[in-house]
Amino acid sequence: MNMHSPMNNCSIRSVTAGQLAAVAQECLDQQMRFLMAWHDWEGQQCVVRYLLSQKDNPEFVLLELRGTDTIPSLAALVPLLGWYEREMQDLGGLHFTGHPEPFPLIIHEGFSIPQPPLGINGSSGHLSGLYQPPTMPEVQGDQVQDLYWGPVRADVVETGEFHYSYIGEAILHYHPRLFFKHRGMEARFAGQDAQRSVYLAERVSGVGSACHALAYCQAVENAWGIEVPPRAQLLRVILVELERLYNHFHYFGQLSKTTTLKVGAATGFLMEEKVKQLAGELTGSRYLRSLLRVGGLRRDLQAEHLAHALEPIIDEGEAYLDRLQQTATHLDRLMGTGVLSPSAAFDQGATGPVARASGLDRDLRRDHPYAAYHKLRFNVPVRQKGDAMARSDVRGEALREAIALLVQASGRLKAGPVHAEFDVPGGAQQGLGWAETPRGTLIYAVRIEDGRLQRVKIKSPSFSNWRVFPLTVHGTNMMDYAINEASFGLTIAGCDR
Amino acid sequence: MPLWTWTGLKAGKAATRWPQSGPDGQEGVLGMPRLDIAACRSGCDLCVESCPTQAIHQVDGEPVIDYGRCIVCQRCVEECPEGAMQSSYDWAFGVRQRSDLIWSAALESAEAADLRKRIAASQRRSLHIRHVDAGSCNACESEISALDNPFYNLHRLGIFFTPSPRFADLLMVTGPVTAPMHDVLLATWEAMPEPRSVMATGTCAVSGAPMDEGYAGGSGLEGILPVDIWLPGCPPNPAALIHALLLLVERMPQKVTGGQYAQ
Repeated sequence: MNMHSPMNNCSIRSVTAGQLAAVAQECLDQQMRFLMAWHDWEGQQCVVRYLLSQKDNPEFVLLELRGTDTIPSLAALVPLLGWYEREMQDLGGLHFTGHPEPFPLIIHEGFSIPQPPLGINGSSGHLSGLYQPPTMPEVQGDQVQDLYWGPVRADVVETGEFHYSYIGEAILHYHPRLFFKHRGMEARFAGQDAQRSVYLAERVSGVGSACHALAYCQAVENAWGIEVPPRAQLLRVILVELERLYNHFHYFGQLSKTTTLKVGAATGFLMEEKVKQLAGELTGSRYLRSLLRVGGLRRDLQAEHLAHALEPIIDEGEAYLDRLQQTATHLDRLMGTGVLSPSAAFDQGATGPVARASGLDRDLRRDHPYAAYHKLRFNVPVRQKGDAMARSDVRGEALREAIALLVQASGRLKAGPVHAEFDVPGGAQQGLGWAETPRGTLIYAVRIEDGRLQRVKIKSPSFSNWRVFPLTVHGTNMMDYAINEASFGLTIAGCDR
Repeated sequence: MPLWTWTGLKAGKAATRWPQSGPDGQEGVLGMPRLDIAACRSGCDLCVESCPTQAIHQVDGEPVIDYGRCIVCQRCVEECPEGAMQSSYDWAFGVRQRSDLIWSAALESAEAADLRKRIAASQRRSLHIRHVDAGSCNACESEISALDNPFYNLHRLGIFFTPSPRFADLLMVTGPVTAPMHDVLLATWEAMPEPRSVMATGTCAVSGAPMDEGYAGGSGLEGILPVDIWLPGCPPNPAALIHALLLLVERMPQKVTGGQYAQ
């Protein structure tokens, strides 16, 4: 087969099933980090790809395994791949031998699908079945109680079902069952016009609309070799940093809510609202939707005076963060809560503020610059302790950095076109696009033929962090659970897709 | 140690008094595109082509819009060469009849006659909501949660969220209803005491668009639950949500009839 074209920004290495484990170990020894794995069918040939980042090198490494759908599992060596492999089993019909957790992940017990929707023959038929409680490992003991919480839980929250085995206050084991919200997003892209599908990316995770649209557009631009004009690059930074700003204010509102700091919660949510109102005024959409397109922006934005409009938000935001930082009752609940060790964060694939709070100094904006980030100055906050306090500290600094980036980017805007002119190339291309979302690494991998999408893989940050989160719950206590969950700042829509 | 209560009191009221007076907070937020049928050129179907969710069809050379499938992406506005599709701030799109979301040239509304007076009267001043996420992208949850922020301060209107369906008057559903959520959603509705209402919240819940079809999509609430209020929007903004809630309890009039927005 010669229909595969090389992906940019990647050095590609072909491996066989027999070499896979040894090559993976070699990569780990060279301090590379696995980011994601996905499968594709090129003609009738199965291709599995593993994407890795290198230390101090913006070029990614791509391992390609062609020609077999039965593959040795790497989950024991690289635990974070466990979920990707299970997803490929559920949706792609692949087989991973020697998987330590060989159970379905996306398809719930009691549910079935006529054929794997991302399998060799494509999607047909519908997921169907009846709700069943999950089969859980038996936890026996005199005082042990089991609590199934969800899928419909208190408050306005996303759907998920949480299972706790506990004695009194002490949690022995915790297991979240997700994917109630699985909408088959990756399959929705297949066959669609690559230029028109930005609206789908915007609807993978609503509170990450701008970052998803950006990562998607960058993937297609990467595939087609499109150079986006400077004004559009700066405006793109402004859109995604506004998204970061409202998400981080929401985070502090939610965190304060769990530590029962009522005014603190109200202030955080009010600040979030102010940023969303500003976004609505600036762009016509509170979620910054309907602006990005392949090649740039759909229309120009008058963002030159953004710094002025942000002034009240900057002042109130600073005072708010300072007050939180001085509130002992709030900080007491964060210190030592939900500790994630650096090694667990690395092995299990933690990303974004969660990873940076556990000592992993990574940020795509700095390490693999995109849009206009290489022209802007910002710090990447890192903490070592890995507790809720560290996660909150990292978010607080990131919030301040987002404001600084907004002021910088709007001050550097110069008149110019906001999208590139280009012709859609015929033939086959592949591209990779990424963004550092408020929650961490987001990656889109696309394969296009004659302008139509053949395969889109979405690696969302919450898919990574939901895998990590339970490790910080086992052996802790019920009173801290909500605080710990809030300190992770997870979404379910992005994870479930 | 900061005095949070004092800080809160000093900050004063942040809540708007909307809809009585004051801002609705949606300055500049675009709503559903408006159709100026007089400007529409017969036979052109660029708007139909441009719509990613098939909300626009052509009947006898003229467009017919189903706002229940609109995700406010504004593509038709950009594509229409005649300016017949115009950006608008029409977002208060909650309606009682699904058919009112379909644009119709011949307007004749007699629906107001059979409003359910008794139920509405009993809930007019106090409404308790149970929300269920049936597969949303989380933008709807984000806007529904915003109702409790100090600006919208939903409590001022006597409307509250309740953890238990047993105490709920209204089931607020978001998302297209994915397969694993189907039975869960029905069980929640069955746990509610009568009289009970249902609001299809957001375009996904109204029609499934753009999350219908596919192996794991859904077509919204039609045929699943008896819907009292249909509110498209992607997502509906907090003021549109408040309008729809007050429409349910007959404290605000419906704005949209036959797909057309009252001035």
